[in-house]
Amino acid sequence: MSGNVADSAISPTSPTQTIPADLSGQMLELDEDDDLEVFSKDTTNTDGGSFNASMQTSPGSMINQYKFDEEDEEQEPGAKDIFITVDDPESHVTTIETFITYRVLTKTTRGEFDSSEYEVRRRYQDFLWLRGRLEEAHPTLIVHPLPEKFVMKGMVERFNDDFIETRRRALHRFLDRVADHPILSCNEDFRVFLSAQAWELTSHKKQGPGFLTRMGETVRAVAASVRGVKNRPEEFNSIQEYVEAFSQKMTSLDRITQRITKEEKEYLEELKEYAPTYTLWSGSEEELAEPLKGMANSLDRCYQETEEQGRQLSDCLAPALHEYVLCSETLKAVLRRRDNIQAELEAKNEALATKRADRDALKEEIDKMEDRVEWANNALKGDWGRWQRSMRSDLKEAFLSTAQKNVDYYEKCLAVWESFLLSMRAEVSEVDQRAGDS
Amino acid sequence: MMADTGSEEVAVIGNTDLTPGEIENNMKNTMGEKGTLLFRKMEINVAEAEKRTVKNAVNMQETYTVYLIETRPADAASEGTNPAPDSLWRRYSEFEILRNFLLVTYPHLVVPPLPEKRAEFVWHKLSADNMDPDFVERRRVGLENFLLRVASHPILSTDHVFFTFLTEEDGWKEMVFETGFQAKADSRLKALNATFRVKNPDKRFAEMKHYSDELQSVISQLLRVRARVADRLYGVYKVHGNYGRVFSEWSAIEKEMGDGLQSAGHHMDAYAASVDDILEEEEHYADQLKEYLFYTEALRAVCRKHELMQFELEMAAQDLSTKKQQQEELATGTVRTFSLKGMTSKLFGQETPEQREAKMKALEGQIQEDEDALKDKNTECDDFVRGAWLDIERFKDQKNHDLKEALISYAIMQISMCKKGIQVWTNAKECFNKM
Repeated sequence: MSGNVADSAISPTSPTQTIPADLSGQMLELDEDDDLEVFSKDTTNTDGGSFNASMQTSPGSMINQYKFDEEDEEQEPGAKDIFITVDDPESHVTTIETFITYRVLTKTTRGEFDSSEYEVRRRYQDFLWLRGRLEEAHPTLIVHPLPEKFVMKGMVERFNDDFIETRRRALHRFLDRVADHPILSCNEDFRVFLSAQAWELTSHKKQGPGFLTRMGETVRAVAASVRGVKNRPEEFNSIQEYVEAFSQKMTSLDRITQRITKEEKEYLEELKEYAPTYTLWSGSEEELAEPLKGMANSLDRCYQETEEQGRQLSDCLAPALHEYVLCSETLKAVLRRRDNIQAELEAKNEALATKRADRDALKEEIDKMEDRVEWANNALKGDWGRWQRSMRSDLKEAFLSTAQKNVDYYEKCLAVWESFLLSMRAEVSEVDQRAGDS
Repeated sequence: MMADTGSEEVAVIGNTDLTPGEIENNMKNTMGEKGTLLFRKMEINVAEAEKRTVKNAVNMQETYTVYLIETRPADAASEGTNPAPDSLWRRYSEFEILRNFLLVTYPHLVVPPLPEKRAEFVWHKLSADNMDPDFVERRRVGLENFLLRVASHPILSTDHVFFTFLTEEDGWKEMVFETGFQAKADSRLKALNATFRVKNPDKRFAEMKHYSDELQSVISQLLRVRARVADRLYGVYKVHGNYGRVFSEWSAIEKEMGDGLQSAGHHMDAYAASVDDILEEEEHYADQLKEYLFYTEALRAVCRKHELMQFELEMAAQDLSTKKQQQEELATGTVRTFSLKGMTSKLFGQETPEQREAKMKALEGQIQEDEDALKDKNTECDDFVRGAWLDIERFKDQKNHDLKEALISYAIMQISMCKKGIQVWTNAKECFNKM
């Protein structure tokens, strides 16, 4: 790993080359080339994703690309052909920085993988890179979010154990979601991410579209967003409305859950004093000593149960809700990108109406753009249903397990107090008996 | 109005003849049964509270609360007849007068405490205002408790002033003040606060005083912690109410999840609301602890009173021995120990035999008086000790019994709270399942 340090410190997305003074003319040319490469009508390349020419796609995903929600439902539970785990966080210290790597273990029977098992080490930046590539390749597919780069709230340290564990779980979920996705899982960068050794990954990252291509895309995107889309199809309007409302609700739920965790922590702080006070009291008493100790003991056990219940909240429900806050942002971005693609088409159509020369070339471009728009819309529509189902299942599970944990918590405390009551009643009747006998 | 401190003789009050046997029975029957038959012949309860506003001595508006005390012959219920109870109104300050009277009259007894004058150890949602209806209600219960405690005490229950407190509204105050207890109360207070050192402190009383200090400290701490815990628990439950609101809003934009979310939201609201009842019940537990917190003062007072008696006894004994010594010196003419008088006589010449004779006679008279007084004081002290320890034992048993019952009722409260929690979250789980 040490040989890689300097390299991985440089993010592939941050430019280190100097920018030429005037790129405008050159960039437009590159633009059109890219369009041709990516969005050609060639059916063997309908996965308009990776720019890596040696990419291989699984036939299954290409053919059923627009029908993958049906495929999902027909899929048998045992049909999963790729299993990924993320574990074993390790700290690496260099003169420049300190960072954590995670072990990514893959077991698969898929054809595009040379081997059936891979073990690699990846750091957070690598995940960021992968996600970026997936989004680039599929601007209107919904790519699961990554955990945030750095959590400011609550002064969490980057290398705090809880933080690392929460991040590890989220990274795992991210890879699982990608692996589950019929299109994304066939992405070449994904394969490389899972299988390449560290130096291989670094060199792979350096390939692919250079800085200028990326700049071109960014300029296009900005231009498109400035234009704005004029005739958004109704279904996307309703998705937009939903996403905005959903985003608000998730943010609220996330905040509420964090607030509950805070209140519970403060409750625990005060509860800690309870049992010791009863123990102190028992020291001054004779006949009451045992009952008071029993009380202290019961309060202590309830304290422990309360601690554990709090952990469930912060380990399970909070991350799930937070993830869907991030998802909301992803959805908004996806909708924006779709809009931009349509806006480009609309702009080209307007140009056609006014331009005299080059009408044929423009018409050809428009044809390609129309394909692109149709492809983007269908991708989003398909993925939307898929996303809704997994959202429902994820949040249902998170709420269910929280409710169950709360039931368990109260049942355990109930048992504590019932046993205390039993012992108290036994003692009282004993004393009464003795009094009656005397 | 000093009743016999340790004797078993009972003063006859109207038709309430209590034989020693009945006193004993009272003690047994009244343990923990505050609401039912206590005072053999009389049922007592503090039924209501009312606000009164009057113009006081300096012509300013004064608002205070009065409490309705109802009494009824105990056997009325068992006989099937149900005569209307006798009743009268008393305000808190009159209860205080009664208690001070009892403290002065029965210094060897652990006199039951009154409920707190001002709300202490409150958690933030509970008002500390004396006029707050919840506070007034809890005080009403506390005052009733006080009367029942006195009524179930073998000796205090026979007190005439107590009886008239319950039965004669007018003129009671004047009658009490006529007993002159106020002066005794003032001197008692002074004495209790004075610092003096006893040469041979009674070990039992010293230990009891130490215990009462410990108990006071630990119960205060417990009440403080409880208030803080209650505050925090309130916060945890109430924030869950927000889930209810947001679930409801969220359900509006969902198709399949809508129903499940909506009904789960209702359960979250119910959960948040349930904490109010839970904490109200806990107040009752806190009140039981508070009663014993205030009891520690009464316990300490008995110990201090004994200390004072002991001190006075030691002073009197010392005084007597000094006088006896003087007597001896006069008789033998020798000065065994240095005394100023002896020196001055030596310096300024001896007294005449007649003078010496007179002095000796006076001294002998004093000594005789002092010896009688000391004997009485000793008897008084012995009676005090006997009576006090009897009552302390009674108090100990009562305390152990009551506090065990309090712990039991706390456990029952917790069990109820857990059951409610299980119910709510099981319901919520079912709703989530429908999502």
